[in-house]
Amino acid sequence: MSDLATSTTTQTDGTLAHVAYVLRSNPVTLLAFAMFAVLLVAAILGPALVPYDPMASNAALALQPPSLDHWFGTDNLGRDVFSRVIVATRLDLAISVAAVALSFLIGSVLGSIAGYWGGWIDTVLNRLFDTIMAFPLFVLAMGIVAALGNTIENIVYATAVINIPFYARLVRAEVNIRRDAGFAQAAKLAGNSDIRVLALHIFPNALPPMMVQVSLNLGWAILNAAGLSFIGLGVRPPTAEWGILVAEGANFIVSGEWWLAIFPGLALMFAVFTFNLLGDGLRDIVDPRQRS
Amino acid sequence: MSLLSIKDLKVSFKTRRGDVEAVRGVSLDVAKGDVLGIVGESGSGKSVTSYALMRLLESNGRITGGALSYGGIDLRTVRESAMRDLRGREFSMIFQNPRSALNPIRKVGHQVEDVLRRHSRATRSTARREAIRALEAVRIRDAEARYNAYPFELSGGMCQRIVIALALACDPKLLIADEPTTGLDITTQKTVMDLIADLIAERGMSAIVITHDLGLAAQYCDRIAVMKDGEVVEEGSAERLFSAPRNAYTRKLVDATPRAGASVRSLLPAELRTPAPVLEPTRAPLLEVRDLVKTYQGKSGPVHAVKGISFSVGKGQSVGLVGESGCGKSTTSSILVRLADPTSGEILFNGKDLAKTPARDFARDPRRPKIQMVFQDATDSFNPRHTARQSIGEPLARLTGLPAGQRRDRIGELADLVGLPRPLLDRFPHQLSGGQKARVGIARAIAVDPEFLILDEPTAALDVSIQAIVLNLLVDLRAKLGMSYLFVSHDLHVVRLLCDHVIVMRDGEIVEEGPADQVMETPAHPYTQELLAAAPAPPVLAEPASSAAE
Amino acid sequence: MTGRLSTIGLRITHAIPVILGVVVVSFLLTRALPGDPAVYFAGAAADEQSIAEVRTALGLDRSLAEQFLVYAGGVLTGDLGNSLSSGQPVLQDLANRLPASLELTLTALLLSCSIAIPLGVLAATRPGSAVDHLCRVLVTAGVSLPTFFTGVVLIYVFYYLLGIAPSPLGRLDFIYIEPAHVTGFYLIDAAIAGDFETWVGALKQLVLPATTLALFTLAPLARMTRAAMLSALSSDYIRTARAAGLTEDKVLFTYAFRNALLPVITTLGMVFSFTLGANVLVEKVFAWPGIGSYAVEALVVSDYAAVQGFVLAMALLFVALNLLIDLTYTLIDPRIGFETK
Repeated sequence: MSDLATSTTTQTDGTLAHVAYVLRSNPVTLLAFAMFAVLLVAAILGPALVPYDPMASNAALALQPPSLDHWFGTDNLGRDVFSRVIVATRLDLAISVAAVALSFLIGSVLGSIAGYWGGWIDTVLNRLFDTIMAFPLFVLAMGIVAALGNTIENIVYATAVINIPFYARLVRAEVNIRRDAGFAQAAKLAGNSDIRVLALHIFPNALPPMMVQVSLNLGWAILNAAGLSFIGLGVRPPTAEWGILVAEGANFIVSGEWWLAIFPGLALMFAVFTFNLLGDGLRDIVDPRQRS
Repeated sequence: MSLLSIKDLKVSFKTRRGDVEAVRGVSLDVAKGDVLGIVGESGSGKSVTSYALMRLLESNGRITGGALSYGGIDLRTVRESAMRDLRGREFSMIFQNPRSALNPIRKVGHQVEDVLRRHSRATRSTARREAIRALEAVRIRDAEARYNAYPFELSGGMCQRIVIALALACDPKLLIADEPTTGLDITTQKTVMDLIADLIAERGMSAIVITHDLGLAAQYCDRIAVMKDGEVVEEGSAERLFSAPRNAYTRKLVDATPRAGASVRSLLPAELRTPAPVLEPTRAPLLEVRDLVKTYQGKSGPVHAVKGISFSVGKGQSVGLVGESGCGKSTTSSILVRLADPTSGEILFNGKDLAKTPARDFARDPRRPKIQMVFQDATDSFNPRHTARQSIGEPLARLTGLPAGQRRDRIGELADLVGLPRPLLDRFPHQLSGGQKARVGIARAIAVDPEFLILDEPTAALDVSIQAIVLNLLVDLRAKLGMSYLFVSHDLHVVRLLCDHVIVMRDGEIVEEGPADQVMETPAHPYTQELLAAAPAPPVLAEPASSAAE
Repeated sequence: MTGRLSTIGLRITHAIPVILGVVVVSFLLTRALPGDPAVYFAGAAADEQSIAEVRTALGLDRSLAEQFLVYAGGVLTGDLGNSLSSGQPVLQDLANRLPASLELTLTALLLSCSIAIPLGVLAATRPGSAVDHLCRVLVTAGVSLPTFFTGVVLIYVFYYLLGIAPSPLGRLDFIYIEPAHVTGFYLIDAAIAGDFETWVGALKQLVLPATTLALFTLAPLARMTRAAMLSALSSDYIRTARAAGLTEDKVLFTYAFRNALLPVITTLGMVFSFTLGANVLVEKVFAWPGIGSYAVEALVVSDYAAVQGFVLAMALLFVALNLLIDLTYTLIDPRIGFETK
């Protein structure tokens, strides 16, 4: 019959071809993946790669401008800025990854429940998220860290808390539009219980937009953590962390020792920029409208 | 001399897979006062042709060849500013889905005024009066009040009237109607089409009606051009096309168009018309519905979706449930398939009440495999991450406990049964055509040998030629497997092809029920009569067209 | 019109549970955490006796419910406790410093809206053009800028290297005299006083921090404007308007832009949230005497009441701004009143 004769020609799985197409047509995404690889190498191998001990001070070499020996110059205690910037990668990435993972997990569970069952649970959770979002988020993070105590773990918790509503709302919306979709109903007719329908049929389909959110959020979490340590919360000197390095360097900017603040700032920007590019790239890959 | 002439028009679109030619050399003429129908299935290029002549193609589309002339003006070369003067004043257009065709946050009266003032048909001081007059011209009652309404406050049919008022406000000489009734209820479709036809005749306009429905085109157009794959395959008067189609595709389309007196086999091309299976339904009840009520809490008080209906479906019987959107037929079907709970009432299945088991727990009920459903929207009803094989295999795995090897064999058998080539089983939904998805959906539903199958408008989204094939497949399966059907649809003509017994619903109540032939030939209730009259009526032919041609 | 009015009333009543939630959360932040709040509130230099005093003063020896009532009562009467460092009531400190923060934030928002919205519209109407590419680069780069770093770079370039910006120390150089207090906004007060020199002086101080903040908020606004405009332009009603021959200006502004404005207004809420947060960092970088730098100073000396007062004040300010956004939305979109009826 005629509708079958068409398109029996072999058509290999579209997903890989689609990824390849997006990468080819958008080299920026490829660049983003490369930048991400650089970050990973710095985070994992950083301490082994750096030329100097990031903590070793040397008063004789204080405030040296960038040179062949010290690529990013030295700080007021004679510590090598390059080594400190590279070593800080691990801490900054660890904070943001931990925070985002936590909010992803909690947000997914709460959002799925609210989106699938609705009712009073949905109302209560909605009120809760409304309340969290009623605070300017950075300010809430400040308040949480100030109240819980000034430690790195608390920076992670605070960053996670302010991110949870985004994930929960996203998952809720994605689950909600699919709750009564034909395939969810068909899965029930096939003998799946509500939990199975939610976990095996609906949630996996909500993952692609979540991955985009994760990527964009990682950048934002880094900014947030760096901002907190910039105002003296969480990470403390002499630990090397981009936000603190910029804060310390800022004191010297008016006297022209620019390298102290600029290099860690650029590293921070590089990381955030990478995650944002990656998020945009992922958005292109998962956007169903771009699918054939 | 013709008002509009299209010569060898070619349009192509830039896509990821290179340039796609959507229109390949179309030539058409529309004379003054002429109403031309362009009929074709999805992807035939019928809409693109009209957008090309309005020069409203999407940004990736381009006219690559041919000539377009309107009253001596070359529409391909005329400047954009001049083109804007022509649109709305000389020719204008109405669209499908009227609600989204209107600016959602602007009063409809103001939207009409915008057009009037643009073409200097009104000044600031006369705009309101002229706009109300334009609304009255499309038979809108209480136009003064409607002037201040926003589109979301109006019904779909009313929105379409506003769109028509907008299009006709400046008395254009040519009206292009692009699927003007898609997205509207059948009875509204009829009123809207009658209104358009009246206005065209009244003002002596020319018109192009673009539709997928050959029956509708035949009823309202002087001439019909049939398009396929970007080309006009045949052009002629409606009577001639129906009585003696010259082109094989036209003949297929004519055959597949449901019409009074046709049998399900006669929808198929002549060479596929095997003798129809003989079906012997019994009245021994399989399913009995008693006083089914569904009330849920709406924004403004309780909504009575189903108001105590009772009916029964016999073993091997096929029952049609017909009504317009909002009549309660979908609510009823989702209660019967146990995806929703009724407010009260009994659903006796083989004598036992199904309503006693809440829908939430029904997934684990031993009767789950016995009642299955074929969904309306084939795309939406498949998990986009599952292949056809996984979709068909899921109920087998969950409900039958067949070991993996036997499951594989069974999936293959099912594919053969519904006529799906086995290699397609490993495709994802987006890699299958509409007809193929319909087959996968049917295979999934019959995988666990149900006794009772609910068909929820299974062909509503399909082109007529595919619809014909799917309907026949359903008839054959019922004969082969001895299932009972509940066929839910808005289209009486389609229901009649498949059902022995018809139930007509309106506002949550059954208004008429009886043997299919009786309800169709001698409808007792005025609503049934209205529904029947609203369906487009292609010319009735004494002898089915293609058997005469054989 | 009565429907519209009742919708507005409804919106305002909707803010009440949110405000209640905010008060509860800030109560939880102050009282219900591990550790002894009395120790926090008494500050780093406290001894046993002062801690005990604080405990009774805060009512920490009573039940949590009672404590909440006392706290809520305090908030209602404007009692946020006393700042350890200044010795003043926190409310008064905040009120003194709020105009500085508002002047900075509002200037920055005005600046970024007036650039971002036209840029987004231009980019959407000319997809693939130079403006579109510029918009995309700005958008991606903009959200990657840490505000405190942008501020440091701007100071280095415009103060240290070029020498055209004044030293980044507060709202007004010491050579000028503060204008008489009317609104607390120096630009407005100086204008009222007719003191042109002070006005210019205040403006000069304001330019760099406001630019820093604006650069940060530019990106999300431009991105949303572009996306909203693109989706409006591809909608059915634009096709209808074009098919009726309406002029391109009418199509773009009356039809597309007004519809595109709705999601942009919604985004403004998020942008406000970012701005108020980033405000803290910018105030620290530029030594701007607003409530942000007040909080940062309080953090350093563990002045707990001041920090929590600041968090609560910011939240209430944000709730008020969101209410304003909601009301604007209600005025533009006729569908809102209908849905809530």
